[in-house]
Amino acid sequence: MDITKLLSISLGAILVNNFILVQFLGICPFMGVSKKTDTAIGMGFAVIFVMGLASALCYPVNVLLVKLDLAYMQTVAFILVIAALVQFIEMFLKKSIPTLYEALGVYLPLITTNCAVLGVVQLNVQNGYNFIESVVYGVTGGVGFLVAIVLFASIRERLEFSEPPKAFEGFPIAMITAGLMALCFMGFSGLQVW
Amino acid sequence: MNILYAVLVLGALAVVFGLVLAIASKVFEVKSDPRLAVVQDCLPGANCGGCGYPGCAACAAAIVAGTAPVNACPGCSGENTARIAAVMGVEVTATERRVAFVRCNGGSRAGHKFEKYVGVDDCVAAMKVAGNGTLDCAFGCLGLGTCVRACKFDAIHINDRGVAEVDRDKCTHCMLCAAACPKKVIVSIPYATDIVVPCSNHEKGAQAKAHCAVSCIGCKLCEKNCPAGAITVTDNVASIDYSKCTSCGICVTKCPRKLILNLTDNGKVAPVAVAR
Repeated sequence: MDITKLLSISLGAILVNNFILVQFLGICPFMGVSKKTDTAIGMGFAVIFVMGLASALCYPVNVLLVKLDLAYMQTVAFILVIAALVQFIEMFLKKSIPTLYEALGVYLPLITTNCAVLGVVQLNVQNGYNFIESVVYGVTGGVGFLVAIVLFASIRERLEFSEPPKAFEGFPIAMITAGLMALCFMGFSGLQVW
Repeated sequence: MNILYAVLVLGALAVVFGLVLAIASKVFEVKSDPRLAVVQDCLPGANCGGCGYPGCAACAAAIVAGTAPVNACPGCSGENTARIAAVMGVEVTATERRVAFVRCNGGSRAGHKFEKYVGVDDCVAAMKVAGNGTLDCAFGCLGLGTCVRACKFDAIHINDRGVAEVDRDKCTHCMLCAAACPKKVIVSIPYATDIVVPCSNHEKGAQAKAHCAVSCIGCKLCEKNCPAGAITVTDNVASIDYSKCTSCGICVTKCPRKLILNLTDNGKVAPVAVAR
């Protein structure tokens, strides 16, 4: 296994091609669940969990589809897989690991329709990753999501005490903040692992 | 032909996942108590935390598990508490109703450091930027409404004298206001009580007098005159032991600062006319 390639994939997923701030995937939970840092952390870990598992499960499904010459049905099949997977995980956790189930709480079902999760499996296919690379890309993509949403949530907590112009109060200033954060993440674009 | 193929494959995938989920729902079934839903239905759903549990769902779980009394929820109406008791098959044991109380009546009658405070309209923020608040008195209510925003039952408001005041009939004793208050002037008192000491100033007499027109100066007149021995002055401020207080009102008449109040006489924490 080529460690350098895995490192490069990880760095790319966390910083250079951050799912939220560079690829603009998963914006809905990014704006929706980022009012408090602790809920943002919960959401971030749930995303890491689901992205990793979805990458692993979608890999064999994709192999099957390619073999049957049905690669154009990927998106539909992946949506199906992810939805079923999240449902399954929820039931499994509720029974087997109730503490983790309570910790992830409402965020788990929220992820079912998260485009970052669909995005990661699509990108796995586009980039031609093998099984291990896919899983690494999925998990580190989730880590990138966690980093972005926690940073954003802590900024938003401070925004509560700021006084922007009336028209910018609340959601608009959060959008502007997100835009500025995305600009900052552009700074990582030259990073490479040799 | 190709379309048929695609439909078949996706259909087969869907059937497989469907079956897996159906089996999983049986295998991983968690039996939840049917009483849980009923109890949760009776709770207000404000998630105020007044019961001591994180939200109404957790409180319902505790009631069903038997670790919390059926009247654990302070915000429940009597009717709903009775329904919960019926579901759980137990009698409601009456507990003493308590309410929040703001131990400060200064407001506009307390000395202010600034002519006008124009900072962020929040007590916590004012504590940070204005060096321990905007008042001369280091203990009093700032009146910027952090508690008002914390209250989920519309039971605390800033009155016309600029002090937070609890609406005793709306208060559910969740004490979210007390947790939010950076000055910690909100305390818990019995609902049935009449006599209150709305001051938290621990300074010695002269300073307390200089900083606020309605401050407790720790003169101990109330303590000496209380026939029940319910009032004690500790750290220069009077406090009432409500297990002993008989609401005789002697302390109200003896207080030279006209600061101890009788809530029943006035209906609410009444303004005391003192010129500053």
